[in-house]
Amino acid sequence: MSLTDMYNIALMQGFAGLSLFAVLLLMGLGLAIIFGQMGVINMAHGEFMAIGAYTIFLFSTLTQNYLPDAMQAYFPFAICVAFVIAFIVGWFVEWALIRHLYKRPLDTLLATWGLSLGMQQMFRSTFGPKEVSPTLPDWLMGSWAPSEGLDIPINGMFVLALTALVTGLVMLALYKSRWGLRVRATVSNRVMANAIGINTKKTDRLTFAIGCGIAGVAGAAFTTIGSTGPTSGQLYIVDSFLVVTFGGAASLLGTVVSAFGIAQTQSISEFFMTGSMAKVLTLSLIVLILMMRPQGLFASKVRR
Amino acid sequence: MDSLKALIKRYQLGSLLLLTLLLVVVLPLTLDIFRLNLVGKYLCYAFVAVGLVMVWGYGGVLSLGQGVFFGLGGYAMAMFLKLEASDPESTKIQSTPGIPDFMDWNQITSLPAFWVPFKSLPLALLAVVLVPMALAWLISFAMFKRRVGGVYFAIITQAVALICTVLIIGQQGYTGGVNGMTDLKTMLGWDTRTDSAKYILYFLSAGLLIASILLCMWIQKSKLGTLLLAMRDKEDRVRFSGYDVAMFKVFVFCLAAALSAIGGAMFTLQVGFMSPSFVGIVPSIEMVIFAAVGGRMSLVGAVYGALLVNFGKTYFSETAPDLWLFLMAALFIGVVLAFPNGLAGLYESHIKPWIARRLAARKAGATPRTPAAPTPPAPPASPMSGSAPPAAPAQA
Amino acid sequence: MSNTDFVLAVEDLTVSFDGFKAIDSLNLYVDKNELRVIIGPNGAGKTTLLDLICGKTKASKGSIKFKNEELTKLPEYGIVRKGVGRKFQTPSIYENLSVFQNLEVSFPRGRGVFGALKFKCNAEVRERVQKVAEEIGLADKLQTEAGLLSHGQKQWLEIGMLLMQDPELLMLDEPIAGMSVRERELTAELLQRICQNRSMIVIEHDMEFVKRIASKVTVMHQGKILAEGSMDKVQSDPKVIDVYLGH
Repeated sequence: MSLTDMYNIALMQGFAGLSLFAVLLLMGLGLAIIFGQMGVINMAHGEFMAIGAYTIFLFSTLTQNYLPDAMQAYFPFAICVAFVIAFIVGWFVEWALIRHLYKRPLDTLLATWGLSLGMQQMFRSTFGPKEVSPTLPDWLMGSWAPSEGLDIPINGMFVLALTALVTGLVMLALYKSRWGLRVRATVSNRVMANAIGINTKKTDRLTFAIGCGIAGVAGAAFTTIGSTGPTSGQLYIVDSFLVVTFGGAASLLGTVVSAFGIAQTQSISEFFMTGSMAKVLTLSLIVLILMMRPQGLFASKVRR
Repeated sequence: MDSLKALIKRYQLGSLLLLTLLLVVVLPLTLDIFRLNLVGKYLCYAFVAVGLVMVWGYGGVLSLGQGVFFGLGGYAMAMFLKLEASDPESTKIQSTPGIPDFMDWNQITSLPAFWVPFKSLPLALLAVVLVPMALAWLISFAMFKRRVGGVYFAIITQAVALICTVLIIGQQGYTGGVNGMTDLKTMLGWDTRTDSAKYILYFLSAGLLIASILLCMWIQKSKLGTLLLAMRDKEDRVRFSGYDVAMFKVFVFCLAAALSAIGGAMFTLQVGFMSPSFVGIVPSIEMVIFAAVGGRMSLVGAVYGALLVNFGKTYFSETAPDLWLFLMAALFIGVVLAFPNGLAGLYESHIKPWIARRLAARKAGATPRTPAAPTPPAPPASPMSGSAPPAAPAQA
Repeated sequence: MSNTDFVLAVEDLTVSFDGFKAIDSLNLYVDKNELRVIIGPNGAGKTTLLDLICGKTKASKGSIKFKNEELTKLPEYGIVRKGVGRKFQTPSIYENLSVFQNLEVSFPRGRGVFGALKFKCNAEVRERVQKVAEEIGLADKLQTEAGLLSHGQKQWLEIGMLLMQDPELLMLDEPIAGMSVRERELTAELLQRICQNRSMIVIEHDMEFVKRIASKVTVMHQGKILAEGSMDKVQSDPKVIDVYLGH
């Protein structure tokens, strides 16, 4: 093997790690808002991602049947719709379920698990038990080969770019917008936030819905990588929660760093062992570190 | 007050007596062996539910990894049975006779060291209880000492459940992989598949379960039980009264792990196989719903919860599988929003007052000199009333 | 300083939260059988000081010696077992248990897991519960669920729970907050009775009450000690008047 070959393999391996990082971060972002900022355990997070994925599938099927000319353009539009649909469902779920449970985190966990089971069955009844994949526009297929022997998959780059965009928007929204200010005020002192005229109930609903919407975008993006089935959401849930807790629940930067760390550990160890053992190793490492440092990587020290 | 305590005691023991009657007399007399074996299988889950009442209801710590302990107990039992089933005579067609078939399929040529102790039944039985307890201790000690509780503990236990499933499935040669350990037929030469063996195993499960409930009742009545309730209310006050609260939580968590493991071992014996499908995230969280449906504070209720949910699952999976997940969803949401105290709570708030009224009405009609009926005054269904803690021990 | 005959010797104690020093190289000495009152404006660090002594918050720097034993490295339950009791600001009792059980659970025996399993409520325990219940005026309420007590009674119950442990140093955080005039009087009497053979640290805002019970007062301000001495001396200190009493 020549030196360029090794170099190329290292580059592609590095990119595989980066794609995984993007996937994990995108999964974690919505949860970082819902769990990290609001402290709500949304076990149906994965199902909100599935909503996004199924939206893309629906759009690709509709476009193919009725507007075949628009096949190249539907995707960005469908991602926005995925956000909107997940947002609306999230809004409704907060109203119907979550708002009754704010003071009982463990009960929220059980109730949202129940919700996730119901949603899974709904997916199964609507889209069938088989996994589905949308027909992707051509520009998302194939790979980019800047030089001989170097293949960078385009869908990976797309997810990476989307993740960067969404992360940027979330950061901007959380730290620069009125909504972000209200969320942060509500998080740090609900009673006081109420007293100074913040409608904390509305803030909660909006926050939950935005978190769900981002989950929808994440699910939409994942259709470029894999197929979607009724129980796909369940596969993501542990990873999403670990990304957020490992980073330190209330820290968005922590979520980014932890997604990066987890992704690199996973993809590097995958080089040396089977995929499942790499997963066991990565998860065990996270669990061990969380046992030693329960507050996660980034935690603020406050008087309790 | 003296009589109230006696009544509560009688009520608790009374409901246990009723359960014993149902399990040991009524069900065996009315069900055929196939159905009874099914009930026996459900009873194994009841062990987990009873453990969850202790750790979640009393200890206030929700574990989403009880399937791991159930599985470890089950696998420990299965490993013994599998080795017995894999004697050189019956495995002589393998390239390496005398080792379990799945090892042979995975090109393993000698028994791995960690399998060797499972050649002995006493060691295997010890492992059934001790291995899960050791794991529970490892997980909980580090976390409870650092005050990790509530949601974080739930998430970590869930991650452990995922790790275990991936590990079991990934290490096919050592664990049997996704199919698990199958074809378990005999224990020390005793064929566990015959009808008489099924009867014996059923009664063994029921007996062990009732013994476990008695043990838990005794713990609830001890000072440790009072302390657990106190910790749920004001953990800091307990800590600043000189107690190492972490150790109490570790204790109940290990207890729950041991109970789940016994359930798992009995499961293996009655069903004849063990697989990772009982270990993962989904079965683990399903086990929580058994305890929740029964009433998270009620040991006896947990058994009914396990029986009912599993019966429902079997029934609906056969008749209307589409409906079952919706029903489960409704159960999860219902026990949180509408019936937080489960069946035991419903009994406390609806059935018991009704019985009391009927008894009072009958007494009013009959001679007024009959002694008072043993119905404690019906309190509003507080979280405690499912299985009330001992009344003030002043009169003990 | 090494060994002293103080019951409590706090030296150079500092704790900072993200750079903010809630307690700033503070020294405090409490004598045997002394009843010390700590006053100070809100945010002076009074409660934090108690948190540090009982181990609820870990110190960034400095030492806390109780009978010449270092407390800063001990876990909370270890500190309690050495003989330091602490009452919280809001009544912290077990609402679902009876008054009797509240007191019984506080009895300092059977503190380990297996000790608690074996614990028997024998005559000795019952006697002690009865005695403490009489002391705090709840002898006729032993079977009442603690959650049903009045606010003042809850405060007394918590003091009673601490008395069950017979601590050598008792720390009370605003024991009369929210009490009626009559209850305040009873509490003052109670405190004077129970400080007979133990040292006490009391945080309080009510000046009448402080005057009534205190022999020595410590004034804290911004994590430091501003003045120390008799009530009269402290009240005439211009620094104190400036930050606190004069408004």
